[in-house]
Amino acid sequence: MLTRFVSSWRAFFRDPILPFGVVSFFLLIALSIVPAKDRFSEWRRYQQQYLRLIHNRGDAVALQRHFQGGIRQIWLPELAVADRCQTCHAGLAEASLVHAGTQPFRGHPVIPHRLDEFGCVICHRGQGAATTVAEAHYSPLAPEEPLLPARYLEASCGQCHHVALPGTPKLNEGRDLLARYGCLRCHTVRLPDGSRMTATDNPQPLNHIAAKTTREWIYAWLQSPSAYSASATMPDYQMSEEDARDISAFLIADSEPLPGSPLPTPTTSKSAPDIAAGAKLYRESFCASCHAIRDAAGNLAGGDPGPQLSPTLSQEPGPELTRIGSKVKPAWLQAWFEDPRTYNSHTLMPRYRWTPQQLKILSAYVASRTDLELLAHVHLEPATAQQIANGKALVIEYGCAACHEIRGISRPEAYAPELSRVGSKPFAQLVFIAGMEKTLPAYLNGKIRHPQAFGPGLRMPQYNFTSGQADALTTALLSLTDRSFTLPSRLQIPAQPGTTYQPAGHAGKLMAELNCLACHRINGRGGDMAPDLSSEGSAVQHNWLDAFLKNPYTLRPTLIQHMPNFNLSGAERAELTGYFMTVYQNPDIDRDAMPITGYSPSLVEQGRQLFYSKYACQSCHVVNRQQDKASIGPALNGIGSRLNAEWIYRWLKNPQALRPGTIDPNQNVSDADASALTAFLMAQKDSGVREAKQ
Amino acid sequence: MKRLIWILVSLTLAAGCATGCAHHTAPLPTLQATATGSTIVESSGGRQLGTPGAMLPRPLVVQVNDAHGDAVTGALVEFLPLEGVTFDPAASLTDSSGQVSTTVTLGGTSGRYDLTAASMDKSGKQLNLHITELALGYQTQLGYQLDRNYCARCHDRESSPARVSNYDNLAVKPHPFADGDALNRLSDSDLTTIISYGGPALNRSALMPPYGATLGKPDIQALIALIRLVSGPPLRTPGPVYARR
Repeated sequence: MLTRFVSSWRAFFRDPILPFGVVSFFLLIALSIVPAKDRFSEWRRYQQQYLRLIHNRGDAVALQRHFQGGIRQIWLPELAVADRCQTCHAGLAEASLVHAGTQPFRGHPVIPHRLDEFGCVICHRGQGAATTVAEAHYSPLAPEEPLLPARYLEASCGQCHHVALPGTPKLNEGRDLLARYGCLRCHTVRLPDGSRMTATDNPQPLNHIAAKTTREWIYAWLQSPSAYSASATMPDYQMSEEDARDISAFLIADSEPLPGSPLPTPTTSKSAPDIAAGAKLYRESFCASCHAIRDAAGNLAGGDPGPQLSPTLSQEPGPELTRIGSKVKPAWLQAWFEDPRTYNSHTLMPRYRWTPQQLKILSAYVASRTDLELLAHVHLEPATAQQIANGKALVIEYGCAACHEIRGISRPEAYAPELSRVGSKPFAQLVFIAGMEKTLPAYLNGKIRHPQAFGPGLRMPQYNFTSGQADALTTALLSLTDRSFTLPSRLQIPAQPGTTYQPAGHAGKLMAELNCLACHRINGRGGDMAPDLSSEGSAVQHNWLDAFLKNPYTLRPTLIQHMPNFNLSGAERAELTGYFMTVYQNPDIDRDAMPITGYSPSLVEQGRQLFYSKYACQSCHVVNRQQDKASIGPALNGIGSRLNAEWIYRWLKNPQALRPGTIDPNQNVSDADASALTAFLMAQKDSGVREAKQ
Repeated sequence: MKRLIWILVSLTLAAGCATGCAHHTAPLPTLQATATGSTIVESSGGRQLGTPGAMLPRPLVVQVNDAHGDAVTGALVEFLPLEGVTFDPAASLTDSSGQVSTTVTLGGTSGRYDLTAASMDKSGKQLNLHITELALGYQTQLGYQLDRNYCARCHDRESSPARVSNYDNLAVKPHPFADGDALNRLSDSDLTTIISYGGPALNRSALMPPYGATLGKPDIQALIALIRLVSGPPLRTPGPVYARR
């Protein structure tokens, strides 16, 4: 057997040594592939480049000492992280390389987290375990987790931080837009702590719409809300004429009369209504604090201060009134001004105490804001029963009841897909349109901007978001990931739960009518347009508050006034003042601990010198209107008649303890200095306010 | 054997040509300048604060003027390529007002982007205009938010309808954060001292109050990072010294 093998070997190879050498050679080559691949690997080349980069630097010794060759890995089993990014990004932890060199060798910019505690992919996504650039960044083998584009990076903060962070304005804006533009009325978003994101908009109920407006206006509005108001939050459903005709027919037919007495017929006086007086009343009532009107040049004046000025505006501002006269019926307008809650029990509009004459001139002025072109070409035949029936079916199909209260139609459940984990939506479920980048962020951004481009049958309407708003919304959606549900609960910082605080009793009913919480925050609930009033009873003096409610004014010299005069009666003011002084007190402050008057002139003078020299308070506050110039803090002339001495003293000691976030810095004022400054400030009396008795 | 070598060489050349042709893309439509200017100036859109990887909020507009300072129509302006930055369009002819407008998308890293817009004068010499754009990272974004809340009321000269600047009211004028000539002379520790303990701590204006008990250490570091980012001219840190070869 062996002889046969040797003979056939010799017959085939002739020389017994040569084939052995050839086989050995190829075996050696095969064995050397693995070490050669390792020797010439991509990451090793980057490490060599890094060493060459740091070689000539002044801090080369330190950088070389920090450098570790080979594969480097951050392994965090609890977070399911095994990141080898630092293998190529060798200078990631070097502060001196933050602005030096080019990628991949730049140091990581300063963030509040340590790299070795969180790794890289939690924020940047990508394939952390990969050791080639392509596999790590945009792996065709694992398209679920490509690198997150830098413009959406704030989304990663939102996986754990469900409260607004000061360093993530885009994420905050996106979440705000989700809540304000009705997205959450169709889409459900559940958070890892089990709570749901809730909408903060205030869509109008449509139960009594026939009392308010005409079928023609509804028809025009449904076809293009932005044609009526460019700032409308209602999206464009790109509705056909037939659909708009039938839905408007149904809504008018479905509307029931307002409860109570019928709407008053507007008085047709012989004299023309005084539009100028109405405009004056409109200004004096500070309607522009909530409502915008577009001027002749096309610029909006008043209303929403915009996310730049109020990034955390928690309430939807009032609707734009540029063409309101073409929308509402005069009788409804007058009734609305008299008591808005008769029509909409959830409205933010306060009930002003206008006299009948004021109601007349104000409604005449507001009704004069018309656009004759808006409905000039709308001519509808009387509705047929079939149109009304079809309109009802369309209202259900379009999901109108997801936002609006409509008689006989219940709110649809699960009308749109749940978005709780949309930031990890599987790649296989994404449908791309031609020409778009095939990534999840591009898909979300495209869907937000042009939903109809993804298919004519989609229910999602067209919003008029700017590219910045679409980016912000995409950021907010990308924060809703699978990972946010699987991260340890100790890392989750839940959103502050909203409170349902409502002032009690008769005063509470009065405050609900005036809708104080639309602008002011009290005990964790309310808007942020005006100061928090949770401790107002400890801060201000009784008589000042009563005088202020009678004639409100702005405390800051350059601030645009927003607080309107509600024309409260003396009894109403007394009720409100008493409630504020009794209920809204800071439990740590005894407002009677220091006297309102009676400070020695020498102490007052000492305080004056401290005010103007050591603490230089005049850089922000005005005490003497002739002498001081400042435009930041509240004017302090008359403060001795406005605030309690104990409040001023405690404020001087630590302003942030009384009002978190106030711009006034804690200057570590000593007790003696605080006493002298309090004496000086309490000596600034306002002759217009009656002094309280001690 | 020779024949084999020739075949191999021919195959290699053919493969090389095929690869080269495959990578060769159709040439971009070239713009022909119909006029030339003598200066190129920034009209608007410089020194914007943007987000890494995102489009700047406002377009960048530059203008080409002739020797008399009049706008030139039809001059070619190119925005020179910079790593990570995209221009739309990257080259264009000036319009009837002598201007070219482009939207800029910054690269994926935070920091300062020094862009260059270039045009030609009549002698063929390149005219360069350097424009700086800024991308806010996490720390500088935090600094910017703190600046808007606490500092800008005095340190920003510009007023808006919602926020009136206090700058003109102050007897000793505060330094705007972009005032690099003044603020670059102060070290990080000096700035920390002034922010924490107020102007008098370094014998400066008492109108600057202390914020050390109001802002935390990371907040103050974020403010300093912002000051360094927006500084014009940029801060040149002594930093690492490059050894001479």
